[in-house]
Amino acid sequence: MMTEFLQMGGYALYVWPSFALGMLVLLYNVAVPLLTHRAALRRAADFHAGRRTNGEQIQ
Amino acid sequence: MNWFMRWFHRFGSPVWFYRIAGKWLPWLSGLFLLLFIPGLYWGLFVAPTDYQQGESFRIMYVHVPAAWMSMFIYVAMAVCAAIALIWRMKLADVVLICSAPVGASFTFLALITGSLWGKPMWGTYWVWDARLTSELILLFLYLGIMALYNAFEEKRTASRAVAILTLVGVVNIPIIHYSVVWWNTLHQGASVSKMDAPSIHVDMLIPLILLGLAFQVFYVLVLFLRVRAELLDRELNTGWVRQLALEHDDD
Amino acid sequence: MNSPASAFFAQLRRDLLVAFRNRSEALNPLMFFVLVTLLFPLGVGPSANLLQTIAPGVLWVAALLAALLSLDSLFRSDYEDGTLVQLVLSPQPLGLLVVARVFAHWLMSAVPLLLLSPLLAVSLNMTPRAIPVLMLTLLLGTPVFSVIGAIGVALTVGLRRSGMLLALLVIPLYIPVLIFGAGAVDAAASGLPVTGQLYILAALLVLSLTLAPVAIAAALRMSVSQ
Repeated sequence: MMTEFLQMGGYALYVWPSFALGMLVLLYNVAVPLLTHRAALRRAADFHAGRRTNGEQIQ
Repeated sequence: MNWFMRWFHRFGSPVWFYRIAGKWLPWLSGLFLLLFIPGLYWGLFVAPTDYQQGESFRIMYVHVPAAWMSMFIYVAMAVCAAIALIWRMKLADVVLICSAPVGASFTFLALITGSLWGKPMWGTYWVWDARLTSELILLFLYLGIMALYNAFEEKRTASRAVAILTLVGVVNIPIIHYSVVWWNTLHQGASVSKMDAPSIHVDMLIPLILLGLAFQVFYVLVLFLRVRAELLDRELNTGWVRQLALEHDDD
Repeated sequence: MNSPASAFFAQLRRDLLVAFRNRSEALNPLMFFVLVTLLFPLGVGPSANLLQTIAPGVLWVAALLAALLSLDSLFRSDYEDGTLVQLVLSPQPLGLLVVARVFAHWLMSAVPLLLLSPLLAVSLNMTPRAIPVLMLTLLLGTPVFSVIGAIGVALTVGLRRSGMLLALLVIPLYIPVLIFGAGAVDAAASGLPVTGQLYILAALLVLSLTLAPVAIAAALRMSVSQ
């Protein structure tokens, strides 16, 4: 039953990569903004606390 | 008119949007999962096997919503471009440029799944089918917008340039699409239209609609995430970011 | 001297004069057109039948690339010496002045190409009855290339290295013209009617002439203000 499902009537080679890529695209779209948001928040915190970021001199 | 202008100004204000979008995020995530999980389950387990295409038709549940979104997002961007150019609303600029990578990724997904679907149906991974070709051109329109934005150092200039280009693109998209369809029928004779079944079973349609709506919600969700990050970055030296950053710094 | 029409002609006269004084530069797109066309027989072999089949597409793609390469000179030198700011600040409608500029550019870069195309068509063994159609479609299509290309140039003129970016922005927008232009020549070569394609090309020309100047003007204002 399970193997039959995984075989997708012989089309497993096409069906599963499609769904996997779909999941990857969804994950990518969530992960990237979460990471940039965190980086932006840290940069803002550094900036307003008067710390250096990436060797950049601030005031 | 007064309430409209007030709403408009408030909506255009970065602080207000940042806060509201933050509050909406959990609700949007919940709504997405509520549509996505049943849609996926229905599509993979409940929907009956297609009598012509066998199980390979299930690729449709990734391909079709992705293709819908690839077009919807471009139109949404064009609306933002018009708002940005006419009313100089800063937020519209941000929404426009934050939508581009999302749209490009859905276009890419539609292309790859289209090609994976094409292999069992047509026997090759790539056929110069009208829809696949239009989708490929659309991908380049997205990439062009992103490349133009990145080419400018100043973000305000970049936003204006991108808004103009997006509007030029949206006028062209229907023309490009119909010319590609015409070209395709000319060169292929009877067009291979295995991708759209003549009539679709209800049990096949329901997951498609669920997943289509899920992708729609997903777009809004990741758009909010991206816009929030971009707003923080653009408004780095303003008071509200300062307050937010110092609160965050304490933890 | 103050009416928009006289401003249009003054701009056109000035641009043609400048272009005429740099006429050696105007030959470059033409040479490019010939060279690209030359590459195909060398690449796919000299079989007369094969060349006849691909001739409409080859000539149209070569014309498209030549138009793309000639675009850089459209606003570049004016941007660098500040003339563009004067153009944007002039009291005359910017869209109109821009059309004059693009028209002058088209006359100098695309018309020679159009006149030379029958020669190249013969060299690729194109059916003789398709040659007038080739010229007619190029006459309708190359102005669209110039006008749409001008949008791309106006957007990127302020950037230091814009060549590849310009190609990325503009080529997708050129596709409909290519499809109907090459399609018409193809149809003519096999003895089919081409009026439909010609009407569509004419419609694309009218559409781009009416809408593009607005976009070019907005893009130039953006480029100048940065």
